[in-house]
Amino acid sequence: MLSRRHPQLNKNGELIHLLSIEGLPQSVLTHILDTASTFVSVSDRDVKKVPLLRGKSVFNLFFENSTRTRTTFEIAAKRLSADVLNLDIARSSTAKGETLLDTVANLSAMHADMFVVRHSESGAPYLIAQHCAPHVHVVNAGDGRHSHPTQGLLDMYTIRHYKRDFTQLSVAIVGDIVHSRVARSDIHALATLGVPDIRAVGPKTLVPGDLREMGCRVCHDMDEGIADCDVVIMLRLQNERMNGALLPSSGEYFQHYGLTEARLAKAKADCIVMHPGPINRGVEIDSRVADGPHSVILPQVSFGIAVRMAVMAILAGNEA
Amino acid sequence: MTALALDYETLYAELLAQVRALLMRPEWVGAQLVGIWSGGAWLAQQLQRDLGRDGAPGVISSRLHRDDFGQRGLSSTADPTKLPQSIDGAPVLLVDDVLWTGRTTRAVLNELFDYGRPARVALAVLVDRNGRELPIEAQLAAARISLPATQRLHLRADGVGFKLEVEAC
Repeated sequence: MLSRRHPQLNKNGELIHLLSIEGLPQSVLTHILDTASTFVSVSDRDVKKVPLLRGKSVFNLFFENSTRTRTTFEIAAKRLSADVLNLDIARSSTAKGETLLDTVANLSAMHADMFVVRHSESGAPYLIAQHCAPHVHVVNAGDGRHSHPTQGLLDMYTIRHYKRDFTQLSVAIVGDIVHSRVARSDIHALATLGVPDIRAVGPKTLVPGDLREMGCRVCHDMDEGIADCDVVIMLRLQNERMNGALLPSSGEYFQHYGLTEARLAKAKADCIVMHPGPINRGVEIDSRVADGPHSVILPQVSFGIAVRMAVMAILAGNEA
Repeated sequence: MTALALDYETLYAELLAQVRALLMRPEWVGAQLVGIWSGGAWLAQQLQRDLGRDGAPGVISSRLHRDDFGQRGLSSTADPTKLPQSIDGAPVLLVDDVLWTGRTTRAVLNELFDYGRPARVALAVLVDRNGRELPIEAQLAAARISLPATQRLHLRADGVGFKLEVEAC
């Protein structure tokens, strides 16, 4: 049975689903990051596979398209020796009118052991976790504007890799925070891991003042927002926001909030620059920064595989 | 067993002598010591130093190949495997504190072969006890003893040195 308070944890406090970072204690986050560090080295072996999920079936249920996230989950599951099935749900069952829970019931009857779920509706992975068989684990791979916990965790892994200690850091998250599930997961994770200074930076239309309730400092001025920070997390500016009258134009956005070398000079000298990808060069980030010495955007991608391996291995080893 | 026979220093001296003799053999030239986390890793470090060998010995962890993963889940306390040199074509001497069921050794052999094809592998342990559940044996052992199945024997670091401890399981 799922506990009402913590639908992701069993009665022993162990992770059985990963649905959001919110509500997870620091010990669980640290356990995931520690486990991921042992999986980073699996890529250096002659045999780049470990047998922890041998004989298990992982179903990638992407109700919303995302080639990159789906691919990293697929690689992670395959490195754990799982059988991976990618279902193009958007074009099959849902298009034929099947409900979400009927789709899940059918896939459970095919003996799935784990569902990796991406959905445009916030809360869809929760619904699946509440209705699937007790031995099935659910990983949220991004739901609506709500949460993208594995991206949040891989961002934390990256920060810990370069900065070691969370408790002295200033972290600026820049861009379309109101629509970003990545930002929400990052903010919860940073707060849980003890980061004292979390800044939400962007225009008023994309960075609402109520973010202060999540423990953020809200800055509408970019120079002020990244001054003396240790980590800058840039978010992708989604084109549809431009059409939706929330922003005047991409050129003007870049002028005020684009990360350039000159702006980055205001952060600490050893500041790292992160981005969940895909990046829009010249919209939110200048190419010289994206390809420059402070950028850790590509290491993020590599760490993402290890973090997803850790999440899947931990879930598979815990019983509801 | 008497208390004397489980004295760590005595057993270690015996194991060191056996390892030294083995490494003199021509087929063991260029051998690498690899300690099984955690007790075996401490032992391998001490052996490496007392044999006058340069560098750190390898450390190997069974956690990614354990057969009880389904029941026990994944521990994050174990150090990950670290092999400072390539084991491809090299003789490898695995070191552990106690050989009991053989399941850890089986998992570690799988882990080792993920890194290459060693020329040969042998197992050296401080104590070889009864209770094997797999066809695995220790080539070198400082002591071979019998214990009730309800007792677990393992090496503990006590701040100054090591001692072998028996506890109920």
